[in-house]
Amino acid sequence: MSILTYISGWPLLAALLLIFVPSNFRVIIRLVALVATFISMALAICMFWHFKAGQTGFQFEQQIPWVTSLGISYHVGVDGINVGLILMGAIVGFAAACCSWEIERREKEFYILLLLMTGGILGAFASLDLFFFYFLHELALVPTFIMIGVWGRGERKNYATFQITLYLSIGALLALVGLIALYLQCGANTFDLPAIIKYVHDDNHPLAVKAQHFIFPLLLFGFGILVSLWPFHSWAPLGYGVAPAPTAMLHAGVLKKFGLYGLIRIALPLLPEAAQCYVQVIAWLAIGNIIYVGFVAMRQRDLNLLIGNSSVAHMGFIFLGIASLNLIGITGAVLIMVAHGFLAALTFALSGYIYKHAGTLEISELGGLCRKLPFIGTALLMAAMAGCGLPGFANFVGEATVFFGAWSRPALQTATVFAVWGALVIGAVYMTRAIRNVLHGPLPQKFNQLADANNVWRKLPYALFLASLFLFGCFPKLLTDKIQPDVKPIVSMATQARASVMPVALNTTSAISN
Amino acid sequence: MNASLMSLEISVLALGMLVLLADLIMPPERRKFLGYAAIAALTTLLIASFSGYGSCSLAGTAFNGMFVNDALSLFFKRFFIIAAILVLFIAIEFAERLAVGISEYYSLVIFALAGMLFAASANNFAMLFVAIELITITFYVLVSFQRNRLASLEAGVKYLILGALSSSFMIYGIALIWGTTGKLNFNELAAVAPQYTGEKIFLLGILLVVVGLGFKIAAFPFQIWAPDVYQGAPTPTTAFLAVGSKAAGFVLLLRVLFVALPVVAAHWVNLLIVISAITILYGNLCAIPQRNIKRLMGYSSIAHAGYLLLGVAAIAGNVHDATAGGAAILYYLAGYLFTVMASFTVIALVVKTSQTEDISVLAGLHQRSPLLAATLTIAMVSLAGIPPLAGFFGKFLLLKSVIALGVVNQGYYCLVFTALAGVVISLYYYFGVVRAIYFSKDAADLSPIAISGSARLCIWLSLAGIFWLGIFPDTILNLASEAAKVLSS
Repeated sequence: MSILTYISGWPLLAALLLIFVPSNFRVIIRLVALVATFISMALAICMFWHFKAGQTGFQFEQQIPWVTSLGISYHVGVDGINVGLILMGAIVGFAAACCSWEIERREKEFYILLLLMTGGILGAFASLDLFFFYFLHELALVPTFIMIGVWGRGERKNYATFQITLYLSIGALLALVGLIALYLQCGANTFDLPAIIKYVHDDNHPLAVKAQHFIFPLLLFGFGILVSLWPFHSWAPLGYGVAPAPTAMLHAGVLKKFGLYGLIRIALPLLPEAAQCYVQVIAWLAIGNIIYVGFVAMRQRDLNLLIGNSSVAHMGFIFLGIASLNLIGITGAVLIMVAHGFLAALTFALSGYIYKHAGTLEISELGGLCRKLPFIGTALLMAAMAGCGLPGFANFVGEATVFFGAWSRPALQTATVFAVWGALVIGAVYMTRAIRNVLHGPLPQKFNQLADANNVWRKLPYALFLASLFLFGCFPKLLTDKIQPDVKPIVSMATQARASVMPVALNTTSAISN
Repeated sequence: MNASLMSLEISVLALGMLVLLADLIMPPERRKFLGYAAIAALTTLLIASFSGYGSCSLAGTAFNGMFVNDALSLFFKRFFIIAAILVLFIAIEFAERLAVGISEYYSLVIFALAGMLFAASANNFAMLFVAIELITITFYVLVSFQRNRLASLEAGVKYLILGALSSSFMIYGIALIWGTTGKLNFNELAAVAPQYTGEKIFLLGILLVVVGLGFKIAAFPFQIWAPDVYQGAPTPTTAFLAVGSKAAGFVLLLRVLFVALPVVAAHWVNLLIVISAITILYGNLCAIPQRNIKRLMGYSSIAHAGYLLLGVAAIAGNVHDATAGGAAILYYLAGYLFTVMASFTVIALVVKTSQTEDISVLAGLHQRSPLLAATLTIAMVSLAGIPPLAGFFGKFLLLKSVIALGVVNQGYYCLVFTALAGVVISLYYYFGVVRAIYFSKDAADLSPIAISGSARLCIWLSLAGIFWLGIFPDTILNLASEAAKVLSS
């Protein structure tokens, strides 16, 4: 059994176990969830540690046939692209379980859904089989809707649930159609991704250009909706604003990266011609994310909506990195995916804490919180700084890399200028303004009784995120050394596919004419 | 003539009569247990059909080709027997609510089963009509079995009138087909059909037969009866109607379109696409405002007929290879069987104590009985097509079979997107049920629900089926693919 099976298996097993625990055993329920996610995190760290950078191909592979007639198998493995994502997902999963102390009713159901989400998405990231890739993501996605609908807060809960369910179901189903069409069109008769890539590239069976132009938009917009690509992003800020903190942490941090991961892993190498055609479209939609949503974030009066919008804006950098279609840009995109996972989870955890204690997230009603909440306030300050791309945090490394990558593609230089401007100016404006209004200034009377996170257990999730952001910010080599060797073949497949086919085609025609 | 091929049908008919006879000598208070005897007998037949011993699983034809035994008929026969077993479990639970003799109810279920078994093997229009009538006429009685309930009688009358109408359409269609070609046998018809494709009368005849079958499967525009009848009929009847009668309609539709008339079916691709799309949208959209849980299931069953028609449209697009589309239909039906049985068992139990069938009776169900709450939730989630349950893999197969043909005919892509829209809409009402179970605040009655042994067994069997099909699809998929090969021409 591969270690990856255990990483996603423990939370799922714990979810199954919890079904049989009576719902009044609250301590046991919480303990089971914490232990399972902790084991999963520890295994993920262990896996990250033992991952050998620079080796090509997948590591910790395992394959079990499932439906032989359709070529579906349970196939897991990691390479440089998902190793960081799995680590990040497992850490966020554990931290989300830690932060779930804020849930006070129907805890059993909540923890079951949380564990399903964690296990499902970790499995989806580890999966190298298109069917399981989709299947496990869907398993993680559906609990999100239920959690927002049931444990959500505020007046607009029902509307937000409705919207997020509608958007994300449509997105997921479009992607499903794209994946099925890809399976049918490529003719390899298997859902196994490495086998498909081998069939398409090594054995020279590229997909017909017409088919690519049909499938790529399905994947781009299907996955794009899941990632809140502008202009399909409006579910995200509202959904996260309403969601309970652990759900928002897991969804914004981990689940959302699924679509981006799918684009890099599946769409780029298998649909190179279409990808090259859509580069400009992706880049300009990414600018929509960065600039438009950035401006929207500036106008927010609710801290959670602001964070939600800023997390949508950050997706723009990743899309820009993907659009650059070169080694530096895509490496940067993967880096931001990992960094943003930590960052989004951290900010939603912090806003959850503030909401729980202050009872509101209206920026105008908050103020001076740093005096009462030194730890939480400092963490929020650091998160905001990381969000506007301050060097030292992992986000800076990723964003800078993406800008380098995008700039080196002449067609994207204008877009890059906009993106840099959006990152440095717009991001800084809303982040610093929020910090000033929330953390500094006079403290309203009613907040005199606020209590900071003062025991180690309460501090642990925030500390974990900050430590990870610092670690990968100061030593990005830990990630880039792993990412780069595996991005290289994807970039070469995405850019040179037709060139390698041409000579064959010419040879055959010359053979015929001879 | 090889009558031994019909050993399964003959045994089932004999069983039905035995149950009727046993009713004469049984004291009334023990009659409920006749059901267990019938279940035991049907289980034996089911095992016999799987064991390979005996003649029921032999391939071959009887009565001059009227009756055919092949992989397809065997798949459906097993399907129908399992459905009947589960329905009998629900009927045992339901026994005290049927004021007039429960043993007649058991025997009628068994006679309807015999009709379905004949339908699975029908290879001739006369056989098709007899099988359909055997099913439909027993269902007239089964639907109106609660004579003291006005709703049940009303449903019975509606079903009778519309059923008789559709039967007359069908028999007229059969007459027209026979009149133009002189053939009733499906294989003989397939051989001569290409000569008649220009003949308007012939095509009209086929259209009328399809209308009659469309009524059975509750496809648009012949779906009007379904919600009313589902709502009024006794719950076990509704379950059998939703699964058995629909599946019988599908096996006949598949045989008529793809064994007898592949030439015509290939021409009717666009018609099938449109019917499938409208059925999906109609079922799902109309289910949204429903408050009566059985009526909701009625509309949902229309929507599922629409999904199943995706597979029919897919086979019509490529009549030479029916494996993908046919296997998808059979697999989807198998998943649908367990899901529907699970939900109707729960509905039968919950509605028992309260007089209303409004969704609000589900409020607080998770406190009254966690098992029932979990079962109904799993059934709804499976119907909505969410992994890892049976419904997801079935929908995946259906979508795959349709997308495969998108390259040939753009209409299939439109169909796929309609189906997706249907799936998204259906999330709303399926989750509405789940929400009523777990999260509605106004629970009037919180007394625990007693679950009888038969209902408990039915629930566990159905749950096992839902999970087994969702998690280990390989076995059933292979059986279904094998069966679907029969339809390739």
